[in-house]
Amino acid sequence: MKRLLLILLAFLVGFLPSSAQPQEGEASADIDIPSVIFSHIGDSYEWHITDIGEKSIAIHLPVILYSKTSGWHIFSSKKMEEGQYGDFVFNEDGKIVEMVDGAQVRPFDISITKNVFSLMLSSLLILIIFLLCARWYKHHDVLSESPTGIAALMEPLVMMVHNMAKENIGEDYRRYSPYLCTAFFFILFNNFIGIIPFFPGGANLTGNIAITMVLALCTFFTVNLTGTKHYYKEMLNPDVPVFLKPIMPVIEVFSALMKPVSLTIRLFANMLAGHIMILSMVCIIFVMAKMGPAIFGPMSVVSVLFGLFLDLLECLVAFIQAYVFTMLSSIYIGIAREKG
Amino acid sequence: MSLVTPDSGLLFWMVIIFGLLFFLLAKFGFPIITSMVEKRDSAIGKSLKDAKEVEARMSALVEEHSKMVEEARKEQSAIMKEAIEAKKALVEQAKVEAREEADKILADARIRIAAEKESALRDVRREVALLSVSIAEKILRKDLSSEEAGAEFISKMIDEAAKTSDKLS
Repeated sequence: MKRLLLILLAFLVGFLPSSAQPQEGEASADIDIPSVIFSHIGDSYEWHITDIGEKSIAIHLPVILYSKTSGWHIFSSKKMEEGQYGDFVFNEDGKIVEMVDGAQVRPFDISITKNVFSLMLSSLLILIIFLLCARWYKHHDVLSESPTGIAALMEPLVMMVHNMAKENIGEDYRRYSPYLCTAFFFILFNNFIGIIPFFPGGANLTGNIAITMVLALCTFFTVNLTGTKHYYKEMLNPDVPVFLKPIMPVIEVFSALMKPVSLTIRLFANMLAGHIMILSMVCIIFVMAKMGPAIFGPMSVVSVLFGLFLDLLECLVAFIQAYVFTMLSSIYIGIAREKG
Repeated sequence: MSLVTPDSGLLFWMVIIFGLLFFLLAKFGFPIITSMVEKRDSAIGKSLKDAKEVEARMSALVEEHSKMVEEARKEQSAIMKEAIEAKKALVEQAKVEAREEADKILADARIRIAAEKESALRDVRREVALLSVSIAEKILRKDLSSEEAGAEFISKMIDEAAKTSDKLS
């Protein structure tokens, strides 16, 4: 470990002279850290992979817009490189808007953005993995063979979620187990894919509030559309002293409505914070480059070590958040399935 | 702030893609895996229970078997003892019978020997009589050449014979 640190230090010091004396007017000298970080955690119409010299390598994803005034528009995001294509320009949030009579009007935008593309890729990955698993079980006799390959890898996780459903929901857990499994693996896979820093990973999907909101709403509707009479009785007319009767339903309904909100925010904030922390640690190197070798050298080591630490922490958080979301969902469903 | 306002386009795609993913996995993915694993789990549980039962039955069988072996051994030794006694008795009886037989044969032999002896004596006696007659004849033939001597002897003989016949009668 000590030797490794020395090598790391020597490596960094070797690069010092060139970066320690920034030439005037060089872009790295006044790097805009917030915009770098927000461009990494936000969504965009193209998937920027890397820069080679001056040339930027990116995947230009299709833009799909429906404008009330001019109808459907489908074009490559490459056409927006200049910042304008026909009547379409970027607004201050980086979204495409249409100029109608001098005012910015946001069209109905279902473009395949970086997040949508990542969502498609990860969903395809999940689908392929679990259909392969299911295929193994279909083609083999489970009573005479133990699973191999992908089935052996995924079986413990699937059974973990399945048993969680069994413990928290009760007798009709089989109805809910597929949803909980899907939610768990969707969150888990996207969390991990988000940690991978290069293409096809790196999209901040589970740190996007739209994604976590849909997941939380799925849980909300599952809970409240399959609730038993007992659940609604407890919510609207609980057995409490008379003076609490008018207050309790208000509190209960409010808490039922808050559950999806808490699920949304918990997952979103955890993953977003993780991404921001890792990016900040990496950005320390670029900030410190201006301050001369004495500070830049040691701070780079600190940055790399903290970056590593946070990456490992994020791996832990990635699993924990998937687990927590699934467990809370199963507990909420379990509460709604109680039969007096 | 765009970070905390859900984007409608992403919402749209998420609903479609997640819905599709859920539909496909709930239909062709997870239920197959979980039902198969549960089937295997129940089979393992059942075979464990069966194994325990079989073990209990086996130990009962082993106990029974050892009991049977013990009994068989006892019986064997009893039979052996009986056989030895029977053998002894048989030998004893055989000895007694053999002795009796031998005695009988001896007695028979004795009787037959006595009879043989009797008949042999009779034969000898007859032979001796014939011999003595022939000797007497020869002597007589020589002595009876003279008439008076012969007559005298004959009368003497007749007397004697009469005497013996008297004695016999």
